[in-house]
Amino acid sequence: MSAPIQLRPDETFLLNVGPQHPATHGVLRVKMQMDGEYIVKAETVLGYVHRMHEKMGENRTYAQYLPNLSRLDYLGALGYTHGHVLAIERAAGIEVPERAEYIRAITVELNRVASHLFWFGAFVMDLGGFSPLMYAIQDREHILDMLEAVTGARLTYCYYRFGGLYNDVDDDFIEAAKRFIPRMRKSLKKYDALVSGNIIFQKRLEGIAPVSAEMCRKYGATGPVARGSGINFDVRKNEPYSVYPEFDFDVPVYHECDSLARYKVRMDEMEQSLRIIEQGLEKLPDGPIMVEKKPKTIKLPVGDYYQAVETARGSFGIRIVSDGDKNAYRLKLRSPTYSNMHLFDEACEGMLIMDALAFMGSLDLVIPEIDR
Amino acid sequence: MSLTLLNVIVAVVIAIAFAAANAAYLVWAERRGAARIQRRPGPNINGPFGLLQPPLDGIKLMTKQLMIPGGADKILFMVAPVLAMAPAIMSFVTIPFSEGIAAHNMELGVLVIFAFASMGAMAILFAGWGSRNKYSVMASVRAVSQNVSYEIPMLITAITVVMTTGSMDLKMISMAQSGGFWHWNIFPSLQSPLMPISFIIFFICSLAETNRAPFDLGEAESELVAGFHTEYGSMGFGLFFMGEYANIVIGASLTTILFLGGWDCPFGMFPGVWWFLLKIYLLIATFIWIRWTFPRTTIYGLLNLSWKILIPISLFNLLLTAGLLKVF
Repeated sequence: MSAPIQLRPDETFLLNVGPQHPATHGVLRVKMQMDGEYIVKAETVLGYVHRMHEKMGENRTYAQYLPNLSRLDYLGALGYTHGHVLAIERAAGIEVPERAEYIRAITVELNRVASHLFWFGAFVMDLGGFSPLMYAIQDREHILDMLEAVTGARLTYCYYRFGGLYNDVDDDFIEAAKRFIPRMRKSLKKYDALVSGNIIFQKRLEGIAPVSAEMCRKYGATGPVARGSGINFDVRKNEPYSVYPEFDFDVPVYHECDSLARYKVRMDEMEQSLRIIEQGLEKLPDGPIMVEKKPKTIKLPVGDYYQAVETARGSFGIRIVSDGDKNAYRLKLRSPTYSNMHLFDEACEGMLIMDALAFMGSLDLVIPEIDR
Repeated sequence: MSLTLLNVIVAVVIAIAFAAANAAYLVWAERRGAARIQRRPGPNINGPFGLLQPPLDGIKLMTKQLMIPGGADKILFMVAPVLAMAPAIMSFVTIPFSEGIAAHNMELGVLVIFAFASMGAMAILFAGWGSRNKYSVMASVRAVSQNVSYEIPMLITAITVVMTTGSMDLKMISMAQSGGFWHWNIFPSLQSPLMPISFIIFFICSLAETNRAPFDLGEAESELVAGFHTEYGSMGFGLFFMGEYANIVIGASLTTILFLGGWDCPFGMFPGVWWFLLKIYLLIATFIWIRWTFPRTTIYGLLNLSWKILIPISLFNLLLTAGLLKVF
């Protein structure tokens, strides 16, 4: 780690990182005031892939809006649709069959592992190591194949319905998932040996980009970013939903606050997700996957509803203000990456550009989810 | 025209052809190697094992329009790729592939190669500055400070070898190590007990000198887009690319000659050009292997490694060797 340097704010130049830049993994633009390789001031500019998802929520029925949710975060889409169906079910008082909830939990966790795997590969690629991306994508491919077989899609799933699921899982899926768990555990060990144990990798992340717990609270950061800063908050534990209270799993928390801590949190989370999947497959009850009686068009009673879920990137909240009509009066999405990203401006001041971009990688940004 | 001059010209042309063919086919080897490491097929469509890929890539690059960015310094922009490729090829002239195969043997071969190698930094600086692109300028500043810092330990280790051999002639250095692997410079001798460490230093430096991963800060794709050659397309980019691979071959050849006995057979039998080629391609395979395994270092980590670790060790080694040469 270099000694703190004296920045000269009068001798700077403006560097436009993005909207088309390999490190931003999407169309995020960062205006950086640079003093040589050091960042004096950074400003993130959003809105390049804004698609008015919130407005769409107001002029579509709740069911029509369902596919929109999977277009937010294309890497962990199931978590977002889960949030939506849970919100509607709670507001409309629909009881979901237990089997459906278990399958939801299993598929969400599989999706979380897939998302973290892709992040892992992309993050190491940000640091200049190319091969782990290929290994991670190969492991992710198994998950996508499994999910494709039951949901019919590989990325933008629309699998959950109000009151249940679109499709039941078959024995092939359960067997594939059971085969996948030990294979994934083996892969995680391999990643540890190849990447986590690498001295260059550790030196690039240790003590770099400290984000204090206070700063996380200030910006509303959640998920692995907050847990890497010592905040023990996981919606699955703190505001339990679905069948998560039935599962025995830990929430990995690290107190180092640096990029390495955020990396470790996600790597540990994959193992915890595997544990949830394992238990879910074991406990999976028989029964229907769809509630028997359900109104054809769902109209929520007048009121204000909020549901938070833990997605791969943090706490995703959906707030629905209903005036009793078949579509929402106002729909607000609280996307985790939007809050996590705003740390970047403050945290990267005085940082080297290469550390800042590694830091950006450790935040696990998915741009369409920020812009919505 | 005298026969000797003709000989020299033919030899030089062969050396250039060797350099160009190597540069082209190392790209193929690297892509195949990377694909193997990453468990994917790599280029395998054009020709058997994708062997026609490099010439086809060359045709594609040559037929593309040469774009010069509006604000660029035209002369520097045009000169830089040539300057990247030419010294690399020129260095081949003095490399002895075996006792009888060398385009032109020079008594100061080591010096000539280092002189040409240091021109590579100039090409990068020209390219970065001439492009008038902020990323390119940052990358070229990085690359030049890197090249300057790594040339020093590299030269000091080379001097250590030159001192033990007593010659700067690459051919003489090779011949001094002939007769089995225990004569090679990589193994410790009475005069220079720290030779294995010297070899490691030299190898690290040649990785850094050729801007290869984990020291590819001048290109740093995920940070500086494509580094100093961001603005280059068509054959301008092609020349940088080929120059990089030609430099790798030079680095591997120099390592082989200085430390691994040149064309000498490890068992003292049948010395010849095949041993030389085997050794350099093994070294190049190691280069490729390292590139696809390690992440990139930071700029301060890189400079600290050179100034705080490699230079003191190599200086100590130099002094030790100088002292022991007096004793033994």
